[in-house]
Amino acid sequence: MSRDKTNQKSIRSMIQENKSSRSQSAVMEKVVPKIFLICAIISIFTTIGIVFTLLTETFTFFNRISIVEFFTNTRWFPFTSDENADFGIIALIMGTLTVTAIAMVVAIPIGLAAAIYLSEYASAKTRKVIKPILEVLAGIPTIVYGFFALTFVTPLLDKIIPGGISIFNALSPGIVVGIMIIPMIASLSEDAMNAVPNSMREGALALGATRFEVAMKVVLPAALSGVIASFVLGISRAIGETMIVTIAGGSRPTADINVTESIQTMTAYIVQVSQGDTGYGTTIYYSIYAVGMTLFVFTLIMNLLAQFISRKFREEY
Amino acid sequence: MDITINKQMVQKNEKEQDFTPVFKINNLNLWYGQDHALKDIKFDIPEKQVTAIIGPSGCGKSTFIKTLNRMVEMVPIVRMSGEIVYREKNIFNPKYGVEELRTQVGMVFQKPNPFPKSIYENVAYGPRIHGIKNKKVLDEVVEKSLRGAAIWDEVKDRLHENAYGLSGGQQQRLCIARCLAIEPDVILMDEPTSALDPISTLKVEELVQELKKDYSIVIVTHNMQQAARISDRTAFFLNGEVVEYTDTSTLFSNPSDKRTEDYITGRFG
Repeated sequence: MSRDKTNQKSIRSMIQENKSSRSQSAVMEKVVPKIFLICAIISIFTTIGIVFTLLTETFTFFNRISIVEFFTNTRWFPFTSDENADFGIIALIMGTLTVTAIAMVVAIPIGLAAAIYLSEYASAKTRKVIKPILEVLAGIPTIVYGFFALTFVTPLLDKIIPGGISIFNALSPGIVVGIMIIPMIASLSEDAMNAVPNSMREGALALGATRFEVAMKVVLPAALSGVIASFVLGISRAIGETMIVTIAGGSRPTADINVTESIQTMTAYIVQVSQGDTGYGTTIYYSIYAVGMTLFVFTLIMNLLAQFISRKFREEY
Repeated sequence: MDITINKQMVQKNEKEQDFTPVFKINNLNLWYGQDHALKDIKFDIPEKQVTAIIGPSGCGKSTFIKTLNRMVEMVPIVRMSGEIVYREKNIFNPKYGVEELRTQVGMVFQKPNPFPKSIYENVAYGPRIHGIKNKKVLDEVVEKSLRGAAIWDEVKDRLHENAYGLSGGQQQRLCIARCLAIEPDVILMDEPTSALDPISTLKVEELVQELKKDYSIVIVTHNMQQAARISDRTAFFLNGEVVEYTDTSTLFSNPSDKRTEDYITGRFG
């Protein structure tokens, strides 16, 4: 008993003693939020700075090449004499969209099916094993995926597809970008489905629904906003993907859709110019800003779309 | 003296069991891992009556009602022995599909759990998954079920609004309507009014009285007054065992077991 009392006393006195250091912590309380505010402002200003640079250089580019030509010409041949050069971004956009479409055809069904399995069928044990593996897959550097596309998937496709496939093509990087996005879609969709309360599953099961019916007609609709947002983020990621398409996609911009032939995406073009010996101030130099701006607008639209969809499809519960 | 009277009462009660049983439970045992949650449960549940299950928290009453439609199997570590015969068929027989059982034996949960869909879609959900697609038939089912659950007048003008806009009591009656829509034989209710206010509780209780004309109802409740008000027969559970099972009026006015008496007079639980 007496020991208890001394203990109590000592803690009380310790707290009293610590009060003396309060003045120090009061300063901290005032300063720390300001430091955090500065950090927040830095991130905002860098973003604004980047967009500003992008805009001014893009503006210079459009002084040389008309914006109408940029968006209507279907040929992109910049590396030639200025009179013969073509700056029709549609060729690059088509490359990007082809790869993105192939990637989504691969990633959406597999990612969604994996998410449904993990959320609705897998035991807690299985989930514990599979989820970290998915996250490791998400951590593989994209350059490794690029190698994988060029040295494994392309030769494989060459054997499978009758008539073969060129070394650089849209199909191989498309598939591999899809594989890269699977964990993202699976993980985000699984989170959304996991957030659906169990009482809803029970309600449906008690009506004699099978587990598949519960997954498709209760859980998936209830989680739809999160699931679609994961698709849109996946698309946005595929549009911005650079390394895989640079390594395995080739550098022949074309507005024709032929997945077995070489293409060039917007990102791959920017890499090509950045690595080459293009002089400062040339039209080609400014063109990468115009392409970058287009890319930025694309991903921005996708992110806004994701937000809009999250709100629009939300089933309130 | 007391003891002989009680014995007579028990015999009389046993004689009175001339109802048609919808469920016959024989030597049901259930374990959660090592925890023996239900011990040698053995009694019959009558057709078109209200059977109340009462008992203190943790006595196994919710576990018991969930075995009747095999919802208890949602818990991965559960093990069972014995048999539950529903209309002459053992529900644990592997040939007897769990979906088929649950189509016959509906359930209303402790917390209202409507789907995040419209009121109409909530009620139409059951018929839809069982293959009814005709819009006219569905419209009729929805109206009939909502009327059956005494909520039609409150929601008829807002059938296509989200069910989560309803009050808790309305949501619970909507869940009852959802259950009625597939025309089950038995309705299990797991503390259906524990999350509701007194007025909503009264409405649900009145509804139960209405429903027993057409359905056999098993209701778990921690509220003894509720059991006394609405049930025909009552089972008192304690520590996973059935201590006493008899007519509600007998159980509350003249319990034969000391523990029942202690519980209903509020000495524990």
